[in-house]
Amino acid sequence: MKQNWFYKKTSIKKLWIGAIVVLVLTILAEIIITLHPHFEIEALFGFHGLYGFLTCVIMVVFAKVLGFLIKRKDDYYDM
Amino acid sequence: MTCSLFHPGLLLILSGLLIPFLSGTKRTIFVLLIPCLALLSVWSMSFGSHCSFNYLGFELTLINLDALSRLFITVFSITVFTGSLFCCKQASSKELAAAFIYAGGAMSVVLAGDLLSLFVFWELMALASTLVIWSAQSKKSLQAGMRYIVIHLLGGVILMCGISAYVNETGSILFTAMQPDSIATWLILCGFLLNAGAPPLTAWLADAYPEASFSGTVFLSAFTTKTAVYVLLRGFPGTELLVYIGLFMIFYGIIYALLENDMRRILAYSIINQVGFMLCGIGIGTEMALNGAAAHAFTHIIYKALLLMSAGSVLYMTGKHKCTDLGGLVQSMPVTAVCGIIGALAISSFPLTSGFVSKSMVTQASVDEHLLWVWLLLQAASAGVFLHAGIKFPWFVFFQKDSGLRPDDPPLNMKLAMIIFAIACVLLGVFPNLLYSMLPYEVNYVPYTAAHVLTQLQLLLFSGLAFFVMLPLMKRTLTISLDFDWFYRRFGKVLSICILENLCRLQTKINRSLSGLILKERLVNKLDIQLSLGMGMSMVMIIFIISLSYLLF
Repeated sequence: MKQNWFYKKTSIKKLWIGAIVVLVLTILAEIIITLHPHFEIEALFGFHGLYGFLTCVIMVVFAKVLGFLIKRKDDYYDM
Repeated sequence: MTCSLFHPGLLLILSGLLIPFLSGTKRTIFVLLIPCLALLSVWSMSFGSHCSFNYLGFELTLINLDALSRLFITVFSITVFTGSLFCCKQASSKELAAAFIYAGGAMSVVLAGDLLSLFVFWELMALASTLVIWSAQSKKSLQAGMRYIVIHLLGGVILMCGISAYVNETGSILFTAMQPDSIATWLILCGFLLNAGAPPLTAWLADAYPEASFSGTVFLSAFTTKTAVYVLLRGFPGTELLVYIGLFMIFYGIIYALLENDMRRILAYSIINQVGFMLCGIGIGTEMALNGAAAHAFTHIIYKALLLMSAGSVLYMTGKHKCTDLGGLVQSMPVTAVCGIIGALAISSFPLTSGFVSKSMVTQASVDEHLLWVWLLLQAASAGVFLHAGIKFPWFVFFQKDSGLRPDDPPLNMKLAMIIFAIACVLLGVFPNLLYSMLPYEVNYVPYTAAHVLTQLQLLLFSGLAFFVMLPLMKRTLTISLDFDWFYRRFGKVLSICILENLCRLQTKINRSLSGLILKERLVNKLDIQLSLGMGMSMVMIIFIISLSYLLF
């Protein structure tokens, strides 16, 4: 069976490169586009990108830790 | 009684009762036509009160139409139409009938001008939605539906207590804005919040919705929680508590969705998350915030139905619902995948999608009110939505590892329904004024500024990066996550068994010693008294055991 484009190693690499270029561009665009920060913290360069990344890392780690406490096998209630 | 115009809610309820008598093409035409008629009737009606009549000394008002109620009726009608299109060939008549009555109940709640008729339709919704869950006709759906209705009847009792006390206090049954400053209004607020999926009884939603059929969940996602949002918008605007409850729900939804393996349960948790955004808006209470909450309810119903249709199509075609069993479906289900991705982008409020123009209003309201912490948490939550629903759902279903499954796209009517809603998501995102012109207050907000688009893209794209960087931590496991429902599904069961065993043991002991006594003192006159005492004790115990088991099982 023909391998789908999404599953080829070369295309995965291309996707990563493309994604990183876009990410860098969205940060650099701040130089051209004037933001109108309302809160002081917003005025930091690249704040929204950094904030989005960090909060997501925190949420994933928190979920992982909580998972140790509350995860059960999926037939838990059937027993 | 003056009721010259026809009532969209009652129209749907009555049509629901007729559906079981129709079949084939007739049924299809009927279920597609009725929601159009409902839409037509609500748009041809003038604002104000209609259908008022006197009942037991109370003035009931079945229709109280204004911009807010028209907005909700509009989106409900559209959802019934597209939802019916999605399953008109596949769903059982029972399910469609229940769904119509359920939707009709929701519309009638939205239109109700007084608390009594609101309550009647509120309960009708609970019953009909349970029937939608039961229509899946599996053991799991039967059990989940039973738990669902018990919780909702409890909510109904709380609401009824509140309404009775309120009517007693104020002497009026008019449904207007209230303050939670008396027991009556607190009870009403609690009854409303229970349907919104607020803590502590949050678990009913993610417990029951994913057990409905592939199409039932689409209907379920639209009405109960959004009707609750509507009554909170009308009844408790500006109640600060709702901001905190909303924020809790937002993060609860994200964290539980991140842990979840069932694709439709991921989406069910994200309903709670999205309703959290709406409650925040209601809690902030400014015109911008209330507009935002209403607009978000409108767009949310559409993209959540789209996401659930996409998941429903996968379930319908593969029979599988666990992320661990799925993956790689983009290769053979391109239409379902693209529609699912558009829904996922809309829920994440990507620019040019409907979520962007509605959610931003709530965030903007927090900025206008200088609520730094609320704003920071809402921004984190926006990133989190992309994480748990925006990427996680499409990634684990349509991409990730190749599961080897090669199902086709679903039948034409299902594809059409998805395409209609996908177009709606983009249309509302590109032309926000379509939505803004329907909102209850005048909108002075421009979502598309270069700065706003850029900051939103930064936020979302970097949370996407976080997803792929943290992917090893998010490996899917065959697990469920314990929630508050553990108390009534496990703890209550164990506790009642334990109590019953001990009571039975105690009773045997008492009986034994009593019969010993009786034998010893057979000739004493006290015999009769003690015998009846023993009998009485046993009776009390048996009644106690029966009532306990009735309560706990």
